[in-house]
Amino acid sequence: MAATAQMTLEEIRRGLSWRKQLDKVFVLVGLAILFACLAILALLFLDLVRDGASRFGWSFFTSFPSRKAVNAGILSAAVGTALMMFVTALVALPVGVAAAIYLEEYAPKNWFTGIIEINVTNLAGVPSIIYGLLALGLFVYQFGFGQSILTGGLTLALLILPIIIVATRESLRSVPKAIREAAYGLGATRWEVTKDHVLPYSTGGILTGLILGLSRAIGETAPIITIGALAFIAYLPPSPVGPEFPFLNFEWLMSGFTAMPIQMFNWVSRPDQAFQANAAAAGAILLGMTLLMNAVAIYIRYRFRKKINW
Amino acid sequence: MATNVTPSVAIAFDERKATRANPPKAAAEKLNFWYGTNHALKDINLPIAENQVTALIGPSGCGKSTFLRCFNRMHDLQPATKYQGAITLRPDNVNLVGPETDPIEVRMRIGMVFQKPNPFPKTVFENVAYGLKLRGIRNRTELAERVEKALRGAAIWDEVKNRLNDSALALSGGQMQRVCIARALATEPELLLFDEPTSALDPIATAKIEELITELRQRVTVLIVTHNMQQAARVSDFTAFMYLGELVEMDSTSKIFTNPSKKATEDYITGRYG
Amino acid sequence: MTQAKALASKGAFSSIRYRKNRDRIIELLLLTAGLVAVFTTAAIVFILVYESSAFFEHVSIRDFLTDTMWTPLFSDARYGIMPLVAGTLTVTGVALLVAIPLGTTIAIYLSEFAPHRLRETVKPVLELLGAVPTVVYGYFALLMVTPLLQKIWPELPGFNMLSAGLVIGLMIIPYVATVAEDSMRAVPRYMREGSYAMGATKLQTALRVVVPGAFSGLAAAYILGISRAVGETMVVAIAAGMQPNLTFNPAEPAATITAFIVQVSLGDLPHGSIGYQSIFAAGLVLMLFTLVLNVFGFFLTRRFREAY
Repeated sequence: MAATAQMTLEEIRRGLSWRKQLDKVFVLVGLAILFACLAILALLFLDLVRDGASRFGWSFFTSFPSRKAVNAGILSAAVGTALMMFVTALVALPVGVAAAIYLEEYAPKNWFTGIIEINVTNLAGVPSIIYGLLALGLFVYQFGFGQSILTGGLTLALLILPIIIVATRESLRSVPKAIREAAYGLGATRWEVTKDHVLPYSTGGILTGLILGLSRAIGETAPIITIGALAFIAYLPPSPVGPEFPFLNFEWLMSGFTAMPIQMFNWVSRPDQAFQANAAAAGAILLGMTLLMNAVAIYIRYRFRKKINW
Repeated sequence: MATNVTPSVAIAFDERKATRANPPKAAAEKLNFWYGTNHALKDINLPIAENQVTALIGPSGCGKSTFLRCFNRMHDLQPATKYQGAITLRPDNVNLVGPETDPIEVRMRIGMVFQKPNPFPKTVFENVAYGLKLRGIRNRTELAERVEKALRGAAIWDEVKNRLNDSALALSGGQMQRVCIARALATEPELLLFDEPTSALDPIATAKIEELITELRQRVTVLIVTHNMQQAARVSDFTAFMYLGELVEMDSTSKIFTNPSKKATEDYITGRYG
Repeated sequence: MTQAKALASKGAFSSIRYRKNRDRIIELLLLTAGLVAVFTTAAIVFILVYESSAFFEHVSIRDFLTDTMWTPLFSDARYGIMPLVAGTLTVTGVALLVAIPLGTTIAIYLSEFAPHRLRETVKPVLELLGAVPTVVYGYFALLMVTPLLQKIWPELPGFNMLSAGLVIGLMIIPYVATVAEDSMRAVPRYMREGSYAMGATKLQTALRVVVPGAFSGLAAAYILGISRAVGETMVVAIAAGMQPNLTFNPAEPAATITAFIVQVSLGDLPHGSIGYQSIFAAGLVLMLFTLVLNVFGFFLTRRFREAY
């Protein structure tokens, strides 16, 4: 019988069953790793909640930081975070959406546009602490904004700008070309096409991008530390609403402040064990907010995707 | 030259067709067009008779859609396109493809209906009114009047008069296309361009639109691109045959389909190539 | 025919100039917004170079690169960046040991094995893993991972690079997995079919055809992970301690470049002092690292996207 490379059916089956076993093992390993990661996430959250449980209560939310762990609360941190997010959103949203519209609808395909796009991609990969250094040198000192909410808000706005730009571009892109052609065919200018037909159907994606950006900004610590936000702030920024005309003032923008992640960092770094509970509680709140915002963003993305069938 | 060609499929002619051309509403004069380095249209001279239907036929890639889109400067939306020569619009003799002519202005005088119906994801009313709003017409009564007039002109008023505030996307394909026609008619264009308007539609919808086009020419000059020869024969007064970016022959429809002067035309008509 | 003209002169054409001018102004505004990205990069470069140049007037570049101690806040200050670089590299190394195998395995599983619905549900949840605030991960590393490790190794110091590295590894798994999975899915079907047609199992096809085929995408994923790990601040600041220490042993505490910057910022340094400038010099080094990594990653990503 001539030597042949052909295997007998028996040989085939033996080799095959071994390889199939490997396949199954791999599936199990893959699933196991996946669920381990997700389990760790859940574990982390639960642990934070458990460790911080003793602190949850009205007084935690309404007290200032204090030397005694039991009395220390996140009032100034929460308010600082909220005000800073407000500035961040106010700056990042218009600039990000405008830049995305420019890149997607207006920019010609030349080297100049390429430079803008490269910069956007690059900025997305810059470590957040570098943004802190930028803010320190530029906003705090050169521009003289000081270690204020304005500086913090601007810094985070720059940080999340790429997120908003990318999300907006994606949703602008999802509007079919045929709709644009129809509008141009009727004699609309580029801005009219964008404003009347492209932007209205992109709001879902833009909103998603904003929420994802803010959820990232809320947890950012490094840049805020670098610009000098302090952790022992036992006061609130001046109220924007005043009793006399014009009823609104902007002093609060220039005020010193603290933020949730900074407060948590400060408490974690204390050798005193008692503060760990505070840190856990703050962490649980922070994590909870981040997860909530992400969930909302994902939900919005899902809903808006279903809405229009072109 | 061939005498009395027998086309390989039966072609029905409409007796309402003209045999004599009206003076041209627009005329292409030595028109050349490039996509980047690709010389897509070569020295085209073609008059489009006023208030009559001119059809452009030819195999895939012959440049008929490219030629059509020169009329309303749609190519300007792509980079690296170049026009040479002229398309003159009467009576003011504007060169539609001239660099001094503003494309937006051109598109406000010339309307287009696209291959795949593309109504905006808005209500029927808003679709038809959009072009009017661009032109600054805000008065509600006036808008309502003009929208009704356009929808009647597109032979779809009866079907949508009670659904003006429903989404245009909820209509059937043929209805959507007629709404798109109404949308283009609302602004009372001087020339109406059709880019294979029925290729995405079923035969019944197609028939309705062909009937509509035949009527429309009383009000507006029509230039239609079609890859369906029978449609050209049914609908148009004059037919131009294009091949590889050049105009091969243009004549009255009945002559083109029974007694074409050029062999290339005859080959195409008789189905020697697709 | 005069209808169109009548419509035109009704104010439509006179307003056409208005509409076009408005368009032009808006385009300018939009362009300015686009340029913000360019200005930001330019500003970053400028600020880092400007402050660092002041720093380098006092410290020679040679000392900076070769000195083995980093003690800018001491009276006898030494400015060698090596300890910080060593800390950064060690932590990153540990992180990659976790993230690359696990992230790649997850990517292979999701791309080649997982049923569609599972993949669609799992991916967003995996993203969440990457969305956790880093300060929370820092807490996790210091107060949960370190004690756990200390049960196995009682001599492990409270601050160490191992915990930090492990947690950072966990944190960057989603980044690695997502990019790797995308690049694997981009491998065309016909390549897989060639392998299946010869009787190969899914795993064999995955390892022998898909992974090599997605090579540049995988490299991009790993580089993205490295870049993220190098730039990570809070986890190391909390869990690895902030003492510069020239060592590659993960069982010791050390400071990374990023942790050092945080430490200085927490203190009170007068603007313009050399301590203040030192953080910009450190930041410059960090920036150069990540820039090189990002550029690399960008070209690799483009290559894998274009290849198909």
